[in-house]
Amino acid sequence: MIGLAHYLVLAGLLFCIGLLGAVAKRNAIAVFMGVELMLNSVNINLVAFNRFLHPEFLGGQAFAIFVIVVAAAEVSVGLAIILALYRRKANTSVDEIDLLKW
Amino acid sequence: MITLAILLTIAPVAAYVVIVAFLNRWKALSAGLAIAASGTSLAISLWLLWSMIGNPTPVHDAIQWLHIPQIGGFRGLDLVAGVLVDPLSALMASIVSLVAFLVMVYSVGYMKGDEGFSRYFAYLSLFTFSMLGLVVSDNYFMTFVFWELVGLSSYLLIGFWRLKDAPAEASKKAFVTNRWGDFGFMIGIILLFMVFGTFDYGALARMIPQYSHLGFLALIAVLVFTGPMGKSAQFPFHVWLPDAMEGPTPVSALIHAATMVAAGVYLVARAFVLFHAVPNVMELIAWIGGFTAIFAALIALVQKDIKRILAYSTLSQLGYMFLALGSGSMSAGMFHLTTHAFFKALLFLGSGSVIHALGQQDIFKMGGLSKKMPITTWTFVIGALSLGGLFPLAGFWSKDEILLSALKDGQVALYWIGVVTAFLTAFYMFRLIFTAFFGKAASENAAERELGAATMAHQDHGTGHGDDGHGHQAHESPATMTVPLIILAVLSVVGGLVGSPWWTQWFGGSFGSFIYFGEPEAAHIDLAVAIPATIVALLGITLAWVIYGAKLVKHEWLAEKLKPLHSLLEHKFYIDEFYGFVFKWVMFLLGTILDWIDHKVIDGTFDGLGAATKAGGGKLRLIQTGKLQSYALFIFGAVAIVVIMLSTNLIGGFAK
Repeated sequence: MIGLAHYLVLAGLLFCIGLLGAVAKRNAIAVFMGVELMLNSVNINLVAFNRFLHPEFLGGQAFAIFVIVVAAAEVSVGLAIILALYRRKANTSVDEIDLLKW
Repeated sequence: MITLAILLTIAPVAAYVVIVAFLNRWKALSAGLAIAASGTSLAISLWLLWSMIGNPTPVHDAIQWLHIPQIGGFRGLDLVAGVLVDPLSALMASIVSLVAFLVMVYSVGYMKGDEGFSRYFAYLSLFTFSMLGLVVSDNYFMTFVFWELVGLSSYLLIGFWRLKDAPAEASKKAFVTNRWGDFGFMIGIILLFMVFGTFDYGALARMIPQYSHLGFLALIAVLVFTGPMGKSAQFPFHVWLPDAMEGPTPVSALIHAATMVAAGVYLVARAFVLFHAVPNVMELIAWIGGFTAIFAALIALVQKDIKRILAYSTLSQLGYMFLALGSGSMSAGMFHLTTHAFFKALLFLGSGSVIHALGQQDIFKMGGLSKKMPITTWTFVIGALSLGGLFPLAGFWSKDEILLSALKDGQVALYWIGVVTAFLTAFYMFRLIFTAFFGKAASENAAERELGAATMAHQDHGTGHGDDGHGHQAHESPATMTVPLIILAVLSVVGGLVGSPWWTQWFGGSFGSFIYFGEPEAAHIDLAVAIPATIVALLGITLAWVIYGAKLVKHEWLAEKLKPLHSLLEHKFYIDEFYGFVFKWVMFLLGTILDWIDHKVIDGTFDGLGAATKAGGGKLRLIQTGKLQSYALFIFGAVAIVVIMLSTNLIGGFAK
């Protein structure tokens, strides 16, 4: 049957794909999509642990809702930043934003 | 008496300080002050000599100079500044101050018109101070300090005309060669201190005879002897003395004939107890002395410059002194030092008189000077006769004593070397006299007026000398120059009588009972030694007359016939060339290699470390890309590692 392990592996894979996107993509929106994917994989993890280990305890699912809220807030702020940068540079490549060095 | 001995040394240095500080422009005052100071030293030293003759017990006093207490394994150091007045030092002080005084009086005439006149008298006073300090010091360390000071004064005085190349080079050569000797001397002194714990002559005189490791003592003795080898220019450290003739002639008379070069002999006499304890080293000293004597006499046979002949003669006579000391007779060595001081200073001052008059130094360009410069000529002849050892002049008695001591010590070979050298000595001195003083004038300026600028282009005279307008023609020198010559001539005649048996008859005691080691030595003539020596000297004079006086055999013909030998002697046995080769291909080569190592290897290492750091830093800075994604990746990597580390227990613990 489909057990805890399957969900955890799925969450892990999604996390890695999201990490890859966040770190290796040049388009800022794609980076955001990666970050969203990472957050959602964590959600899957939380809910899976809740369902299989402590079904009567609703903490995991509640935590997952919090994570969704945070993700939404973060996206709004992030998109605002990207729009501001886009107005400056007219392209969305994160490679161009490299002033955070000596 | 100790106060007087201190005053004896302080007077000249006070003169030096005053002249250097204040009197550079007032020449007469400088000369007067220097002469007054050395006159004071002369008076005091004669008084000390007189009281030592009356009462020969040594008088000794010292103050502490530097004291380092004993700490742990370090035995402590006690440096003392002390004064010792005994017959030996009183005699030496008298000789030094007498010759210094006469030379200073002479220099008033000789250096007239020279722009460095005050500086000259300042340096002469400094030298007198150094030499007198050396003479009265009572321990090895103080002797060494004054030894170095004497070397410094010699450097300053040889290079007196410092704006010309040859004196500057010669003074450096003198100082460096001296340094070689001083290095060995210093090590010897340090070893003495390490073994006996003291530098004091008196204390060592008690301790050394009881010391049993003769091998080590021999090493110390040889090292200490390298000092006199350097200072008194024995082979192979003799190379500086002929070049030192670049200095003014009175300087040559004072330093390089009578006093500084005698400092080595004085030291051996002072340290005689050390050498006496190791007979092998004594024999070495005697052989070095004997070898130098004949070596230098051979070179002197073919020299043309009047001062070089006298310089090699000095080397030869110093060899005689060491021969005497090495044969165990301190009396004979010191006696010859005394008489040599008189006649060699006389000869040098006489040659200075000639140079002052003619402006050049080549004997073959002189001739017939006896008519125009009688006082110089006849005092010079007296000096040469004394040097040759003719009865009853001073040199006869002292040379006789030396040959006698060589025979008594069983050194027959050295005796014969001494006899042959006596022959050569008489020959080259009279070669000089017949060529320079008698015969016909060989060049214009020996007889007529100077020819102008050409005659001024010569080595001995400095900047101002020819400008006094009297022209370089042969003429007798002024009284300030001839009076010292006459005084020294008188001393060369009668100075030896103190070592003669008649003195013992008239006054009781003689030189050998005043200055001796072990037992007093009676003065006597041993006819078996005296007669051959005199005959040999007369033979030398006759041969010189044959070749150079009556010119029965032309010396150019002889030079042609014996060309290889002649050129060997003329090039001074190629020793200077050999030293030049060694310096260039050994010392400088070693220096160049070490310099390369210093620049490329050692500096390279440290510069390389710096360059490597810079390069590494240059590569490392590329981590800071400024791109957020790389930073995020690093953060993630770090978090992953931390999580793994923290969860070690949960995932199975550390590997067993």
